[in-house]
Amino acid sequence: MAFAITLLLAGGGAAALAVYALQDNVLFFYSPSDIAAHPEKVPEGRAFRIGGLVEQGSVKRDRGLEVHFVVTDGKNAVPVQYSGVLPDLFREGQGVVALGTRSNSGVFNASEVLAKHDERYMPPEVVDALKRSGHWQEGQTRPGSS
Amino acid sequence: MTGELGQLALCLALALSLVQAFSGFAGASRSSLKLMAMGRGAALGSFVFIALAFFTLMFAYVTSDFSVMAVAENSHTAKPLIYKITGVWGNHEGSMVLWLLILGIYSAAIAMTQPTDSRENEELGSRALGVQALIAIAFLVFVLLTSDPFERFYPPPFEGNGLNPLLQDPGLAFHPPLLYLGYVGLSAAFSFAAAALLDKRNDAAWVRLARPFALAAWTALTLGIAAGSWWAYYTLGWGGFWFWDPVENASLMPWLVATALIHSMMATERTGAFKSWTLLLAIAAFSFSLIGTFLVRSGVLNSVHAFANDPRRGLFILMILFVAIASPLTLFAWRAPKLSPGAPFDLVSRETGILVNNLLLTASAATILIGVLYPLVLDAVEGIKISVGPPYFTATVIPMLALLAVAMPFGPVFLWRRANFRAALYSLRFAFAAAVAALLALLAVVRPVSLLGFLAVCLGVWLIGGSVTDIARRAGTLRRVWLLPAGAWTSALAHAGLGVVAFGVVGASIWRSEAIQVLAPHQTMNVAGYTLRLDSTERVQGPNYFADRAAITVMANGRTITVVHPEKRSYPVEQTGTTQSAIRTTGISDLYVVLGDPREGGGWVVHAFVNPLAPFIWLGGVIMALAGFIALSARIAAKVRATRSAAGVVSEPVS
Repeated sequence: MAFAITLLLAGGGAAALAVYALQDNVLFFYSPSDIAAHPEKVPEGRAFRIGGLVEQGSVKRDRGLEVHFVVTDGKNAVPVQYSGVLPDLFREGQGVVALGTRSNSGVFNASEVLAKHDERYMPPEVVDALKRSGHWQEGQTRPGSS
Repeated sequence: MTGELGQLALCLALALSLVQAFSGFAGASRSSLKLMAMGRGAALGSFVFIALAFFTLMFAYVTSDFSVMAVAENSHTAKPLIYKITGVWGNHEGSMVLWLLILGIYSAAIAMTQPTDSRENEELGSRALGVQALIAIAFLVFVLLTSDPFERFYPPPFEGNGLNPLLQDPGLAFHPPLLYLGYVGLSAAFSFAAAALLDKRNDAAWVRLARPFALAAWTALTLGIAAGSWWAYYTLGWGGFWFWDPVENASLMPWLVATALIHSMMATERTGAFKSWTLLLAIAAFSFSLIGTFLVRSGVLNSVHAFANDPRRGLFILMILFVAIASPLTLFAWRAPKLSPGAPFDLVSRETGILVNNLLLTASAATILIGVLYPLVLDAVEGIKISVGPPYFTATVIPMLALLAVAMPFGPVFLWRRANFRAALYSLRFAFAAAVAALLALLAVVRPVSLLGFLAVCLGVWLIGGSVTDIARRAGTLRRVWLLPAGAWTSALAHAGLGVVAFGVVGASIWRSEAIQVLAPHQTMNVAGYTLRLDSTERVQGPNYFADRAAITVMANGRTITVVHPEKRSYPVEQTGTTQSAIRTTGISDLYVVLGDPREGGGWVVHAFVNPLAPFIWLGGVIMALAGFIALSARIAAKVRATRSAAGVVSEPVS
């Protein structure tokens, strides 16, 4: 009996801790169209994830660390600014997910950029975002198949 | 021809598994020695055919037989031989065959070590083999129906698609097989627990039979996770060693539960405490393995590891998962009231220590599971896409593990059933003093002050001090330390190993320095006392890739220490690239240099990290696995001795 009570207490404690920690540490995902449709849902200063395709011809590297590119879902686009090493699989026209915050000028300041992990794999959120914007071509790139 | 041979072998393995399931259960319930022997034979036969299928597949890879679809999609003639071999499990279909092979190895091991000393134990082993067979049947059907590794491709292409370059790494040779040895090994503990629930006797005899398998699985899982973390460290170029990636979490959850399991098994076997709890843990540990398999193989998670997402596969594994979790739990609910109650123990006793261990470990696993599943549930219910980042996991798991570390040294110094708290506290006085001394030393010397980091180092010292206390207490005098039997070292080594891991984790996360800069040739940058100078970059040609290779001179205090060569590789066949970071280790600290992309004007992005104490992460992991290995071999040696003396064989006296 004592055992069952300890178990319940520990389980309850862990659950409370989990719920408390979840409140602060959840990252939302928005596609460029989500941001265009409901800019009020995307608060400044709070980190979230954005995803789509890297627009063709949009990647600009200069002499410094900064890289600029545009993430698009075919309908809407968001300019992204990042300083650091881009992932090996980062390429124009390919899927990308970035983590960061939005500045008041509308530029997304990415602190982390993740590209798909091989040429046949597309992040599921990106697939979903492209499907919703109507720019997903079935069969052209199979989601995550290999 | 080879493809059909492999497929036939899998079908025969399925047929033999059906025989194994029938004769395992029927033999046990009718107490038929013949049927039970048949079950054992079927288990060995099934293993042989799965091995045949596995090696047939490997043959197709090595000979680049592109008429087999999996080979055409994942291999290439120009790929080095080692990656043709390891590439077998570098994709969904092949990795499931490896899964089956390891399941076969464990079933064969159960069959070969099945005790025939008593009718009851033989029946228990026979039922366990029956349960193993059911698992094998489920996964063989899964492989044959949804992930046929031998599917033909017509017309065969002249050349294959190649293997994801990230996987073209020696890490692929160790990480997945070790991890699977752990994951799948937990099936043995699960099968014995289910067999015990089917058994009419309500005792803990199953624990004695299942414990070696649980230990083997835990040891392999520990090494597999350490190997995966090391691989991610040097191959991803992110300078970190653990990313709370969903698939990393999927391997950590079974590890936490398996750790709880091997501790509670110890108590159940020794004193009879926690009888039903140990049963539940054995079921839970393998369930977490299956959840891991489901999460990885269904592609519901976006992760470094995602390589297959066919919803049909996910649904199939979900069904296996449901049956595998629900049926033993139902059995448990039905049987548990009939189980004899666990042996009583005092509030202050080793059992209480193990109880604390079990609660904290299972709670950690549960909070990780919440973090992994929450995004899936929210997406399914409300269509909101979120992800749960590393801060969640560090905020929940780290405090629980810290609490565990505080309690850990008490376990081994407490006696079974009833211990004296003050005596235990007294025996740990040196460990406590060492921890306090470490804290004071850090406060005096290390800047900036990081309370979290200092406390973690303290805990590491406390854990190692506790282990030294344990050994000293067992040996009595220093001279006798070397005479201790190997088994006496296991808990001390395992607990000290975690202390060593704590040092590494703290060093490489809290005291890590990093610098990132664009360097033109001959320009320099500084990171944590080192000066790096980019000397040159050149194009080099590998067997199936070309690379930009930098020569970077590392200097400290005005003296040249070494030249490192980080690379950025491009694989033309796969049209992707990888980062080869250059790691220079002093044994206690790593300098980690990554070559980024080129910039206008001939400059290159160079990202450098100094990770103090990082090597301790893997050293600690190896120490923990060594402890598991010693515990396992001590057990096997004891068993061999017991069988020998039972057989009347007297060993030669040693002079």
